[in-house]
Amino acid sequence: MSREQANTVPRSQLAKIILVPILMFGFGFALIPLYDVFCDITGQNGKTGRIEASAIDESGVDTSRTIEVRFLAQTNTGLPWSFEPVVKTMQVHPGQVYEAHYRVRSSSKDKTHGQAVPSVSPGLAAQHFNKTECFCFTRQELNAFETRDMPLRFIVGKDIAEEIKEITLSYTFFSLDQG
Amino acid sequence: MSTEITHGDVHEEHHDHGPDKGLMRWVTTTNHKDIGTLYLWLAFIMLLVGGAMAMVIRLELFQPGLQWVEPQFFNQMTTLHGLIMVFGAIMPAFVGLANWLVPIMIGAPDMALPRMNNWSFWILPFAFTMLASTLFMEGGGPAFGWTFYAPLSTTFAPDSTDFFIFAVHLMGISSVMGAINVIATILNMRAPGMTLMKMPLFVWTWLITAYLLIAVMPVLAGVVTMMLTDRHFGTSFFDAAGGGDPVLFQHVFWFFGHPEVYIMILPAFGIISAIVPTFARKPLFGYSSMVYASASIALLSFMVWAHHMYTVGMPVAGELYFMYATILISVPTGVKVFNWVATMWRGSMTFETPMLWALGFIIMFTIGGFSGLMLGVAPVDTQYHDTYFVVAHFHYVLVTGALFSIIAAFYYWVPKWTGHMYDERLGKIHFWWSTISVNLLFFPQHFVGLAGMPRRIPDYSLQFAEFNAISSIGGFAFGLAQVFFLYIVIKTIRGGVKATDKVWEGATGLEFEQLPSPPPYHSFTVAPQVK
Repeated sequence: MSREQANTVPRSQLAKIILVPILMFGFGFALIPLYDVFCDITGQNGKTGRIEASAIDESGVDTSRTIEVRFLAQTNTGLPWSFEPVVKTMQVHPGQVYEAHYRVRSSSKDKTHGQAVPSVSPGLAAQHFNKTECFCFTRQELNAFETRDMPLRFIVGKDIAEEIKEITLSYTFFSLDQG
Repeated sequence: MSTEITHGDVHEEHHDHGPDKGLMRWVTTTNHKDIGTLYLWLAFIMLLVGGAMAMVIRLELFQPGLQWVEPQFFNQMTTLHGLIMVFGAIMPAFVGLANWLVPIMIGAPDMALPRMNNWSFWILPFAFTMLASTLFMEGGGPAFGWTFYAPLSTTFAPDSTDFFIFAVHLMGISSVMGAINVIATILNMRAPGMTLMKMPLFVWTWLITAYLLIAVMPVLAGVVTMMLTDRHFGTSFFDAAGGGDPVLFQHVFWFFGHPEVYIMILPAFGIISAIVPTFARKPLFGYSSMVYASASIALLSFMVWAHHMYTVGMPVAGELYFMYATILISVPTGVKVFNWVATMWRGSMTFETPMLWALGFIIMFTIGGFSGLMLGVAPVDTQYHDTYFVVAHFHYVLVTGALFSIIAAFYYWVPKWTGHMYDERLGKIHFWWSTISVNLLFFPQHFVGLAGMPRRIPDYSLQFAEFNAISSIGGFAFGLAQVFFLYIVIKTIRGGVKATDKVWEGATGLEFEQLPSPPPYHSFTVAPQVK
């Protein structure tokens, strides 16, 4: 066999081999929506849920269990707000609606905008932590040096796992004014 | 399909012509032996460059406190040391070995796509020049560790990070082209009679490695592209302020990163599987189980990535899954180690230099494997995470694993490549010098890691001082041993005892049985028959 004959690659096979890296480059980007979907389904990543107030059945409050809910607050860089929970912890019964407040104060002389992003720990509690009303549902606009009390109405589901005794709810305010 | 691409050589009428004269030979070459040599030299130069950076790290860590370099420069050293050793030394060395060996092992005249082969090599010097040039830029080079976690590598990174990103793109393109070439060569250019299950294991492990490369290098290219758009084009893949997620970076990175560590060890398994039978004078025990073990390691490598991320806050179910899947990999890896030991069992063994390096590999790679098992156990990893225990683990598998196998391959095949035997006495000195110093270097790091010394920090608590001093002395000695290796390499190329065609008494395979030492510039222009 001469060298020329040996030195051949079927074009269709080559196309298939080249297609693999191209598809995998796309797959790298597809991981982003897949990751979000996965976190949604499994309730990981501490993303909390939202339900309508009318959908709540308050008849079955489980008074036999008490869960401590702790509130945390942070502001991200670039947002001149001070942000803190009015009450730092609450004792709650699963199945009952509670109201908590956060207080935010702007130290800017201009109008500023922020968006709060919630996170719940432990991650598996997130699915059972639902809010009927939250300042994080909309963007917040603060005038110069304005102080605002922001309400939060939430309910911890009755089907939350028995071993969860404490839930930490954390909000981070991100600036919407730059970039 | 009947259409075929033909890569006929333009000099077809001169069947036995040698290489062109002058430097342009190396620039324009499409010969697999030339390109293999180029890759191996690039890898050696990068080993010395990355090694020099490791010397800076060990110098600073010789004593507690800050003595020699600024913390920011220290971070640049750890980052570039990792990047250069992974992408500049280990991977090009294996690609160089594949170029040299795959065609002469399967009876092919050259690689299937010789011009692309030239490209995939010549991209690399540019990529590494670009990467190294970041050190001289304002703000310094990348200093976020070789894993470049966001947001350290996006929001808080120096401007030179963009050069790093494009360097990674180039390396990725080079690796993917090299891998496509290996696959096309192995699938199409085997000599008549060389069925898949008759291929030498080095060819098998490289075929599997090449599939891993084309699957995961594009994901790496994707993740650095996301970094680039996050930095400059207003996207928020990894920026929580814009709805992205920094933990997502780690998921995408390690989806590439874990198969990557097998890319750096599977060809080593092939090398050891060639050397051990030769010097035990017995055929390899369990050839087909070796093939299946390699394939299962490759498949499992896609499903275990989050064991690098046990401390990010995964639910227990996730930790358990990744722990069990990780521990499962020790089964096929164990099959390999047992097969090598069974090959040696009752063999008439001799201990020439390549065999010494191979035995060193088996013992010390297994030590690295065991510390890997410890790290794979989720509940205890919380203590080990990001300590020197991790550093010790991956240096045992990458230095005494991958690098030792590459050096073993050099001693085993260099008489075939050059026609000269290396100096056996110097080779043995090189082995014992390296083995003693490398253990002095990395073994104490297990202890300081278990005691809580974090990695990537230029200073440490006083109680770690003795072990770090020992580690640094071992590091300097190991570094010097590789300069000595450079002398051995040059000495062997320039002359030495004439090697026989078979080179080793127990050697098998087409390259030893059917080619002279050194092989002609164009070998197997007529395909051999394999029975």
